[in-house]
Amino acid sequence: MPMTITEKILAAHAGREKVEPGELINARVDLVLGNDITAPVAIKEFEKIGAPGVFDRERVALVPDHFVPNKDIKSAEQSKQLREFAREHNLVNYFEVGVSGIEHCLLPEQGLVGPGDLVIGADSHTCTYGALGAFSTGVGSTDLAAAMALGETWLKVPESIKFIFDGELQPWVGGKDLILHIIGDIGVDGALYQAMEFAGPAIEKLSMDGRFSMCNMAIEAGGKNGIIAPDEITRAYVEGRCKRPYKFYKSDPDARYARVYRYDASQIEPQVAFPHLPENSRPVREAGHVEIDQSVIGSCTNGRMEDLREAANILKGRQVHKNVRLIVLPGTQEIYLQALREGLIEILVKAGAAVSTPTCGPCLGGHMGILAKGERCIATTNRNFVGRMGHTESEVYLSNPAVAAASAILGRIAGPWEVL
Amino acid sequence: MEIKGRVWKYGSDVDTDAIIPARYLNTSDPEELARHCMEDADPAFPAGFRAGDIFVAGKNFGCGSSREHAPIAIKAAGVSCVIARTFARIFYRNAFNIGLPIFESPEAAEDIHEGDEVLVDVDSGVINNLTTGKTYRFAPVPPFMQQIIAAGGLINYVANKLDVRSEK
Ligand code: SF4
Repeated sequence: MPMTITEKILAAHAGREKVEPGELINARVDLVLGNDITAPVAIKEFEKIGAPGVFDRERVALVPDHFVPNKDIKSAEQSKQLREFAREHNLVNYFEVGVSGIEHCLLPEQGLVGPGDLVIGADSHTCTYGALGAFSTGVGSTDLAAAMALGETWLKVPESIKFIFDGELQPWVGGKDLILHIIGDIGVDGALYQAMEFAGPAIEKLSMDGRFSMCNMAIEAGGKNGIIAPDEITRAYVEGRCKRPYKFYKSDPDARYARVYRYDASQIEPQVAFPHLPENSRPVREAGHVEIDQSVIGSCTNGRMEDLREAANILKGRQVHKNVRLIVLPGTQEIYLQALREGLIEILVKAGAAVSTPTCGPCLGGHMGILAKGERCIATTNRNFVGRMGHTESEVYLSNPAVAAASAILGRIAGPWEVL
Repeated sequence: MEIKGRVWKYGSDVDTDAIIPARYLNTSDPEELARHCMEDADPAFPAGFRAGDIFVAGKNFGCGSSREHAPIAIKAAGVSCVIARTFARIFYRNAFNIGLPIFESPEAAEDIHEGDEVLVDVDSGVINNLTTGKTYRFAPVPPFMQQIIAAGGLINYVANKLDVRSEK
């Protein structure tokens, strides 16, 4: 029977020949993940189970990233719970401040997720790893607790939707713009329960970092997972990096889809999503005159090497507008170090950017750049809900890094073509 | 397993704030949460409720936040199960995990009225409307999912499973 890539990975982890959309299955997990917000709740539930230990000390990843370096006493207590649990259970993949980063940038970089894996995490953006051709999805804290004990989880097999991008990407258009375009088209519940499979010539040429950005925001359309069939670009990324054997799956040509969307990539321009929903996306060219107070470049959506290179390329030899604070947050320590080696950090600092240690920080209104009442921010993050980055009367506009950098220079939402 | 009860009927997109208002999230005590279940969305519910009653709702039941407090409040109030056209994804997981039975049946969600008496045969996947005599089907819950519900939730289920393993 023909199957999609998502169905094949789920079947393999359920020990089955085939699975069908709508079925509930019990599946083996290759990795489980918790952070400094969700893991404390999961640890409490885990203790109720009375398990002798975690199912595999190499397959439970705990990443304090949201409020670190700890912004206050409460967040310090939460991180401490993770640290103590990690010590007690001798976890291999606990990542302390200084060697860490944002979970969804860090785990692929560290080779902890590979093609064909099944990963669950108590964080909604766990769907990011679909970029590697893995099935990954966000769950609740109780799910995390159970999976830490058993090494398996229950899942409902999703229907798949296919998004095909024909044609060539225009300059300054990346994965972020493609996914914002999709969400603008289908809405924030347009893929509820469903697997979002991205394919076509434009996706085949998209870089790994661009693919991570796309799959990261599947949840913003209500999707269960985002996924891209692994290819030579994936292979180049995972070879020598992945700690476990991996397997490439791809959808059968006659696999069944709930819906198929076709876009001409050459018609898609850089996007900006207006407050207060990611579905309010439109071309930057049509944004009008929107002055900004802050620009944030970072997060699990766009805090990777390619993003920093793109931003530095635009900011090189230029200055951040006097009315704007530009905050740049490299996704991991590795990315930070590589940006230093390439001279990007110097370019950014000279331009007037505040460069932070890796953290979620302002993305969820935690710290490192909270907005005051009435302030506006353009950000490379993934959610622009009411109050997401601070005051309930502040505004967040979502874009790619080149647009966020150009806007920082001009003090208003702007395309990179306006400064170069 | 059979579930029998009287129906409270709701519309589409009942969100987690409607199920348990955010102002009560400073506790995770099930009894406390149960007292405020549906209090904003349906003021008649807390007073008129009888243990074993059933919720029937439209699409996207439980949308909004991922708070496990929502299914906990419904379960602790004594609601025996929820039947809906569809559930929001995280609510769906959380409900099973904390041991609240839920069933997706577009026909039942459409056809059943407030106050009807309903009998759910969980094993055969049939909902009987005892008031009108009509029946509706839902995809039967697989055995291991029934075990989660029978165990009273995922944590108990996992604990039992580990006991069995260690006795082997
Ligand atoms: S960067 Fe933002 S979206 Fe990503 S994990 Fe952190 S808080 Fe969540």
